[in-house]
Amino acid sequence: MDALTELLNGFVTAAHPTNLLYAFVGVLLGTAIGVLPGIGPAMAIALLLPLTYSLEPTQAFIMFAGIYYGGMYGGSTTSILLNTPGESASVVTAIEGNKMARKGRAAAALATAAIGSFIAGTIGTLCLALLAPAIVQLAVKMGAPDYFAVMVLAFVAVTTVLGSSKVRGVAALAIGLLIGLIGIDPTSGQQRLTLGLPELADGIDVVVVAVGLFAVGEALWIAAHLRRTPADIITVGAARMSREDWRRSWKPWLRGTAIGFPFGAIPAGGAEIPTFLSYVTEKKLSKHPEEFGHGAIEGVAGPEATNNASAAGGLVPLLTLGIPTTATAAVMLGAFQSYGIQPGPRLLETQPELVWGLVASLFIGNAILLALNLPLAPIWAKLLRIPRPYLYAGILFFASIGAYAANLSTFDLWLLLLLGALGFAMRRFGLPVVPAIIGIILGPVAEEQLRRALQISDGQLSGLYDTWFSKTVYFVILLVLVVPPVVNSVRKRRKPTDRELQPSERAGD
Amino acid sequence: MAIIVGYVPTPEGVAALESAIDEAQRRHQRLVVVNSSRGESLVDKRFASGTEWQSVEERLTASGVDHELTQLVESKDAADQILKLASELNAELIVIGLRRRTPVGKLLLGSQAQTILLEAECPVLAVKSS
Repeated sequence: MDALTELLNGFVTAAHPTNLLYAFVGVLLGTAIGVLPGIGPAMAIALLLPLTYSLEPTQAFIMFAGIYYGGMYGGSTTSILLNTPGESASVVTAIEGNKMARKGRAAAALATAAIGSFIAGTIGTLCLALLAPAIVQLAVKMGAPDYFAVMVLAFVAVTTVLGSSKVRGVAALAIGLLIGLIGIDPTSGQQRLTLGLPELADGIDVVVVAVGLFAVGEALWIAAHLRRTPADIITVGAARMSREDWRRSWKPWLRGTAIGFPFGAIPAGGAEIPTFLSYVTEKKLSKHPEEFGHGAIEGVAGPEATNNASAAGGLVPLLTLGIPTTATAAVMLGAFQSYGIQPGPRLLETQPELVWGLVASLFIGNAILLALNLPLAPIWAKLLRIPRPYLYAGILFFASIGAYAANLSTFDLWLLLLLGALGFAMRRFGLPVVPAIIGIILGPVAEEQLRRALQISDGQLSGLYDTWFSKTVYFVILLVLVVPPVVNSVRKRRKPTDRELQPSERAGD
Repeated sequence: MAIIVGYVPTPEGVAALESAIDEAQRRHQRLVVVNSSRGESLVDKRFASGTEWQSVEERLTASGVDHELTQLVESKDAADQILKLASELNAELIVIGLRRRTPVGKLLLGSQAQTILLEAECPVLAVKSS
């Protein structure tokens, strides 16, 4: 019951009017960003990070968490009304959601998505609050080899599970790890990959990397593919559901939560897989299987609950172990580092006000999101009329200001352009950006653990896997590498996979 | 020789289409219906959707006018596209719909209708919705 007391203290922090305001701004921004395809919460947090340096860390993270949750909500609106997922986590929602909207049931689809997200987000946040202290108890016993093993798992999962090609995933991760190596080696003090440039000695600022790869890269990509035929949008009033819709939705919501939270908490590359799993489960269990493919409400309710539950689950490893499972969590980890806070088992002890304030504000943010999304869905849809040149000019403007403000040096602006060009090239050649960003941010931390583990074992490689925990994790890694190809080949023999179901890379979670 | 009408799925656009059909019947001319978007935003309500475009087609077929429909996504403004098409086809008449704009709105956003009125080399028929 200790966690509940702490949580109540967190509500005291979160209910402070200033913090409430930041939570509100966060969810508002997050929803807007979620609605717009191509712009994700990771990019938004990276863009806002330099602007929040003057804030208290608690306030900044309350806003970031609002953006994270809001992004998960917003993505469903475009999926349903436009058949263009705003976020990679909403790809599955588009399958049934858009069909429902075409049959004139857009209001019900939006409502089940919003209410399902609220329920899943609330249950997920509650699980986060109850689980986090227990995991911390376990985590303090973890040594350097254990941490390193978990980080390897995160790298493996994010490269192999996400996207269409493992080689591309590994290549993207390698790019990320390489950029992460730039700077002074923390153990020996030697300069690495700095090309003799004094500006590179401190490494590349997280803001510059994240903004360059996400914002500038995406802006260049959109600029290269600017013209396209406007899509048909389905006009809709305020979201609402009939009694029948409620009856058919509540079970998928709960099942979605149960699937989403654990998948979010393990490093499995975000919400793509659990949302797909939820869709398949609902299709199997539905009493109306014939409706699937023609707008079944269960196919919207399940995946939408899943992606919000996985967003809550993703905060568990971030806050307790300092390990990000999604791009957004990786950028948040970068944000923690730039505030001089290292997330890990000690975070709950050293920054209880921040952590519990954050968790409490998630509950509040969820409620605000529900209040915003039920009546305002038509207004969010209007955002899609913004001409992209204006939108991306604004993003480039913020990106440049942010990169310059990080260190007040013009060198960073050149670096930003260079990384933007890299981000464009990655999109052009189909390399996913998410493994790169996780490599950049988690790479140096993993290296530190690796070096520490090897120092402890006096350079013996066995020191990396001689604990039962690390052995288990390496076994899981083996499973992650072996099982999906086997399952895929079995599934392929049964029926060709639907191309629509491939999670999109570019939405960038 | 042809008559060109700039169509948008709004009351003004429909009024323009109706007048254009009348003119085409009176002058025994071919009617070219243009609907365009710059394709910059994901959703453009002035770009006719599949069903809207189909109903235009049906209306034209019912009227018995010799017609042609063009839907364009180009970097040019609608006004420039219509003017270019008018000079290419050596148009006899351009028909456009006018909507009410405040002077400030026109100052800020410009006016496609104004560009056509000022720059067209043939007569322009400007129609308001009733």
